[in-house]
Amino acid sequence: MSHHSIEARDLAFSYPDGTLALDGITFEITHGESVAIVGANGAGKSTLMMHLNGFLTPGSGSVRVGDVPVTKSTLPDIRRAIGTVFQDPDDQLFMPSVYEDVAFGPMNLGLPPDEVDARVVDALTQVDALHLKDRPPYRLSGGEKRAVAIATVLAMCPNALILDEPSSNLDPRARRRLIGLLSTFTHTKIIATHDLDLALALCERTIVMSSGRIAADERTSDIFANSELLDACGLERPLSMQGCPVCGTSA
Amino acid sequence: MASLEQEIYEFGQLDQMSYQDTPVHRLDPRAKVLTTLVFLVCVVSFDKYAVLPLLPFLVFPVAMASLGNIPGGFLLRKLLIVSPFAIVVGIFNPLLDQQTVFYLGSWGVSAGWISYLSILLRFTLTTLAALILIGTTSLTAICAGIERMGAPDVFATQLLFLYRYIFVLADEVLRMSRARALRSFGRKGMGIGVYSNMLGHLLLRTYARAQRIYLAMTCRGFDGHVRTMRTLHFAPRDALFTLGWSAVFVVFRLFNVPILIGQFITGLVS
Repeated sequence: MSHHSIEARDLAFSYPDGTLALDGITFEITHGESVAIVGANGAGKSTLMMHLNGFLTPGSGSVRVGDVPVTKSTLPDIRRAIGTVFQDPDDQLFMPSVYEDVAFGPMNLGLPPDEVDARVVDALTQVDALHLKDRPPYRLSGGEKRAVAIATVLAMCPNALILDEPSSNLDPRARRRLIGLLSTFTHTKIIATHDLDLALALCERTIVMSSGRIAADERTSDIFANSELLDACGLERPLSMQGCPVCGTSA
Repeated sequence: MASLEQEIYEFGQLDQMSYQDTPVHRLDPRAKVLTTLVFLVCVVSFDKYAVLPLLPFLVFPVAMASLGNIPGGFLLRKLLIVSPFAIVVGIFNPLLDQQTVFYLGSWGVSAGWISYLSILLRFTLTTLAALILIGTTSLTAICAGIERMGAPDVFATQLLFLYRYIFVLADEVLRMSRARALRSFGRKGMGIGVYSNMLGHLLLRTYARAQRIYLAMTCRGFDGHVRTMRTLHFAPRDALFTLGWSAVFVVFRLFNVPILIGQFITGLVS
């Protein structure tokens, strides 16, 4: 089974209270692509993410991962192929120690103990957090929690990663380290974020959402050069593309 | 609010103590749980006027605390914090049960005072035993232990999650009460009504978080059963620990050891 592309076709969804959150979303993300999903608050980013791993069922339209449509019966396979990193690491780290938390996914896959151990060590090494393995998650710093949360997903060996606001609540250095880490991954990446500089650094393609629709789907550098588009969607240029606040020279 | 913060901090301290490496910490959790259980049953099964026969039981918490490197001052402080409950429970005994049992100088000691003392002593012993169990065994290990001993899976998982998220919940409570304190300017804020609102809010937040956690779990293949890699070894020394202490407790329970010692000493003297 190939899980290497992610495709949404005419996706529409409204919440039970009647709010139309997604209104005809269509895109295709191919293997190895790194795509940022940006948009103002309430534009529908989170709702879209929830559809890609099957937490929400589309009102109409469909989502396909590789050649498999996302339905109830294919969910276990889909979720193994797509790793989701949540916005709040406290939601993701529920086991009593870092090691057990990273082992949780592989254990559920029914892998033998030495394979589980190898995967845990490998995933923690990738995010440079092996030294934390015996610590309880509630005694980690924000940056450490984020790294471990990513490791829990890596241990499942997913084909694609979905990251929801990966740089929120991180200090500048932890954020920089995270960007460095994510840039080393060869997985297909979908990153929903308000951190436009992160999008600029990591993603060659950006999808701009605005009130449940796709306002633009182009190369990242083109999107952030288009002031009119950004303004219409409640966004701004990334800080690194704005003028210097001290000397006033434009970027 | 400082006391609430202090409480949460100290709870965290107890948790950190359980990660130490001492002979007591290295014991199998099942051995400690079982021994504590036998201890509790023996202590609470005395009749209501027992005071002297309870005293030898102090040996267990004292030995465990010193071997397990749990500071005595810390334990006493914890004991004091929960003591109002026991103090209030027995407070009317001396009034209700005024039959004089013996005279201490000119003061007639009533049966009520003795049963009150017995309640306080039992409270001290059982609370100390529980605190020491938590301080020498991580809750994860306890959960793994009771699950192995046949407790339902759901129960152990619940306990595990309760423990994991109590820290997150405590943080949320703290943030909320700080936010309230900051805008109530040392007064009562808006009274008790605000507290009910805060509680409702907390419940909703907890509910939303539970949903997100469940999503995160299903995302990683959760199917209703939490698998752990923990391997427990019930070694001979664990059996020795359990049987040894249990035998001691049973002896303490069946024989009035202080009286026996007293008789022995008077026998030697005369």
